[in-house]
Amino acid sequence: MFKNKKVRLIFRTVVLTALIAATIAVIYLNSLKDNPVLAEGDDAPNFMLERLDSNEVIELDQLKGKGVMINFWATYCEPCKKEMPYMEELYKEYQDKGIEIVAVSVDKNRMVIENFYNRFDLSFPLVHDKKGTIMELYQVQPLPTSFFINPDGTIERVVKGPLTLDRLETYFKEILPKN
Amino acid sequence: MKKVKCECGHINHEGTVLCEACGKPIEENQHIDNNDKNKLLNMRYDGSARRSQTKKRTIVDKTWAFFSSVKVGVWLIALTLIAAALGTLYPQEQFKQSRLPSSQFYEQEYGITGKIFYQLGFHNLYSSWWFITLVALIGISLVICSIDRVIPLHRALKNQKPKRHEIFVKRQRFFSETEGVSDKDREMLIQNLKNRRYKVREEDGHILAEKNRFSRWGPYVNHIGLIIILVASILRMFDFMHTEDYVWVREGETKVVPTTDQQYYIKNEKFIYEVYDRNDERFQEALKNEEFDVPSNFQTNAVVYKVKEEVIPGQEPELEEVTRGEIRLNHPLKFDGYSAYQSGTQLRSEYETISFSIKNSDGQDVGDFNFKPNVDKRKYELKDGYNVVVTDYYPQFEITEEGPSSSSKFPRNPGIIFEVNGPNGHSERYFYLNEDIVALSEDQQFNVNLEDTKLITASGLTIKKDFSLPVFLVGAIIFMIGVAQGLYWHHRRVWLHPTGNKVLFAGHTNKNWYGLKNEIEQALEGTNINMVNDQQEKF
Repeated sequence: MFKNKKVRLIFRTVVLTALIAATIAVIYLNSLKDNPVLAEGDDAPNFMLERLDSNEVIELDQLKGKGVMINFWATYCEPCKKEMPYMEELYKEYQDKGIEIVAVSVDKNRMVIENFYNRFDLSFPLVHDKKGTIMELYQVQPLPTSFFINPDGTIERVVKGPLTLDRLETYFKEILPKN
Repeated sequence: MKKVKCECGHINHEGTVLCEACGKPIEENQHIDNNDKNKLLNMRYDGSARRSQTKKRTIVDKTWAFFSSVKVGVWLIALTLIAAALGTLYPQEQFKQSRLPSSQFYEQEYGITGKIFYQLGFHNLYSSWWFITLVALIGISLVICSIDRVIPLHRALKNQKPKRHEIFVKRQRFFSETEGVSDKDREMLIQNLKNRRYKVREEDGHILAEKNRFSRWGPYVNHIGLIIILVASILRMFDFMHTEDYVWVREGETKVVPTTDQQYYIKNEKFIYEVYDRNDERFQEALKNEEFDVPSNFQTNAVVYKVKEEVIPGQEPELEEVTRGEIRLNHPLKFDGYSAYQSGTQLRSEYETISFSIKNSDGQDVGDFNFKPNVDKRKYELKDGYNVVVTDYYPQFEITEEGPSSSSKFPRNPGIIFEVNGPNGHSERYFYLNEDIVALSEDQQFNVNLEDTKLITASGLTIKKDFSLPVFLVGAIIFMIGVAQGLYWHHRRVWLHPTGNKVLFAGHTNKNWYGLKNEIEQALEGTNINMVNDQQEKF
C-alpha cells in the first residue's frame, strides 16, 4: 500500500495527529461543561422585575454605567440574612459613587420578604423572582450567590456563599465606575 | 524500505511471515508467529507483515507501534472497566440527591471509604479528564490496530496465488498426499467445490478454492461500529445534541423548562397517585405481606407552552399551548425534541390552602378565611366589617437562635401569625402551626377553628433532549453486522498442489474446522484423492 517509508510516515503522522487532536478537543470541551454557563467576563443577562420596596421596575440594562451587585437571596437562607447588614452599610457609602445593589429574592411569598426587609430597615432595591426565572437564567445553585457587574455590563466576579464586610468592599471597588 | 524477495519472485514487505504470493515461510521472520517451533504454520493474518511487529524508527513509528499492540488495547479496556466499576460504588455527584456539598456528603453518608471516593474525584468519574482520556486511548488503539491489520491482511489475500510453495501446503493443519490422481478426479473435485459455492482458481495445474473471504472483514466492520458509538458519545457532550435537567413543578404551578433558553414553560395541572387495590383478587396474594400500600401510578397531567414573543426575563411572557398530556413512569411527554419524564414526587407535601372559620364574640359566624401560602395576600375581608391580616408567615417553620424562622420557601409546615380585627377595633392575634391554633392575645373573644387543609404534590420531571441516540443506533447496527459477518460465515480455503507423481491437498479455515472437514469429505467424493488428516492431532 505504501510506496515508500516517507509516505508511510506521513500517513501515520496524519492519523495520529488527527486522533490525538480529537482527544484533546474532547477533553477541552468536557472541561468547559464543568464551568457555569455564566462566567466572569460574560455579559450579564438582562432582566426586568418590579421593585417590592417601591412601585418602580428595575431593568438591569438601564443600570449600565453603574457598578451593579446582584445578590440572590431568600429569607430562609441564614447566611444571606447575615450579609444583608453589610450590604446596607456599604450601600450608604457607595451609592453616590455609582454602585447599585439589586437584591433578588427567590422566595415564593412576598409577605415574608416584606417582613424581613422592614425588620432590617434596608434601603437598597429589592425585587422578587417569584417563579425562579432569573435564578434559572443566572444558573444560581447555592444561596447566597452574588454577581458583581462592571459598568459596561460584563460580569467581574461571581461569589458563591456569604461575604464579609471587607471582601464586599474590595469587590465594590473592582466595579466602581471610573471618574 | 527493506523488501524481502521470495524465491517465487514476489517482493514482500519487511516483517512478512509467509510470502504473500506463494506462502513460503520467510526464513528470518518465523519467530514472529512462532512458526520455527511448530510443525504447523500459524496462519494468523495470513502471515502478512503487521506494522507493530516491525522495527521502530521515529517517535511516530514508536507511538504507532504502541497503539497497534493488541496487548496495549486489552490493558486499556481492562483499566477503563475497573475505573468504570469503581465509579458505581457510590452515587455520582449529580445523583447524590442531598443538599450537603459533596465535600461533606460522601464522608457523612459512607464514612472513610466515601471520603476516599470523593478525594480521588470518583464522584465525577465519568466526566473526569483521565476517564475520558482512557476511553479516547481505546478509540485510538482501535483505529490503529484495525488499520495495521486490515491492510496487510487484505493485501495478502489479494496477492495469494493458486500456486503455493510446497512447505506452505505441507504445513497446513488439514493435509493429505495422494498418488495417481487423474484429470477426471481433478474435474470432479472442481465441480464438487463449485457446487459448494467455492471460487476456484487454477495456475499450472495448481488449484485454490476459496469461499466466504468477506467473513475476515467482520472484526473490522465491528470496529467501525464501535468507533461510531464512541463518536456518538462525544457528540453527546454538545448541548445541541444532548441536554438533561431536572425541574420540580407543583400542582397548579407553571415553570420555565430548563435547558430550553426560557423558550418553554410547563404547567402541572394535576398530580395523580394511585396504589394497587387491596380488594382486587389479582393483587391480594402479592399485597398480603405489604404493610404499606404499593403505588401503581405516578402521573403528572401537564401542559407545555411555548413563549410567543420574547420578553425581558422576569416579565410574564405570552404563552401558547404546544401540547398537553399525561406523564407517567416510562411514558414521557414529548414536545419539539424534548421529553419530560416522571422522575420524582413529593407526595402531598405542601399546603395549598388552610381554611379557618371565624366566629365573633356572640358566636355568630363572620366568614371563612382561606389562607393560600403561595398567594401574596395579606388582608382577607370577612363579613360584617371583620377582617383578617396575616402579620407573619413561615413556610417551613422552625425556631433558630434568632427566633422563629423558615428552613425553606415551600409551605411544608407553615406557621402563620394573624390578627382578627372586629368592626369596633377589637383585635386578637393567633398563631397557627401543625394544624393547631394558639391564641396569642389574652381575654379571647373570637373563636377561630381550623376547617380544612388542602395538600398538593410536587412533581419532579427530567427534561431530556437526545439527538445522539440515532448515531448510537447506527453504530450498534454496524457493530452487529460485523459480529454476524465474522461469526456466522467462515473463511475456507483448499489447495491442490501437484508435485512429481504425487498430489498434495490441504485445507485451512479461520474457524469451525469440523465444518471444513465435512465439506472436504463431500468435495472429495467420487475422486481418488485421499481424505485429509488433521495434522494438529499428531502433537
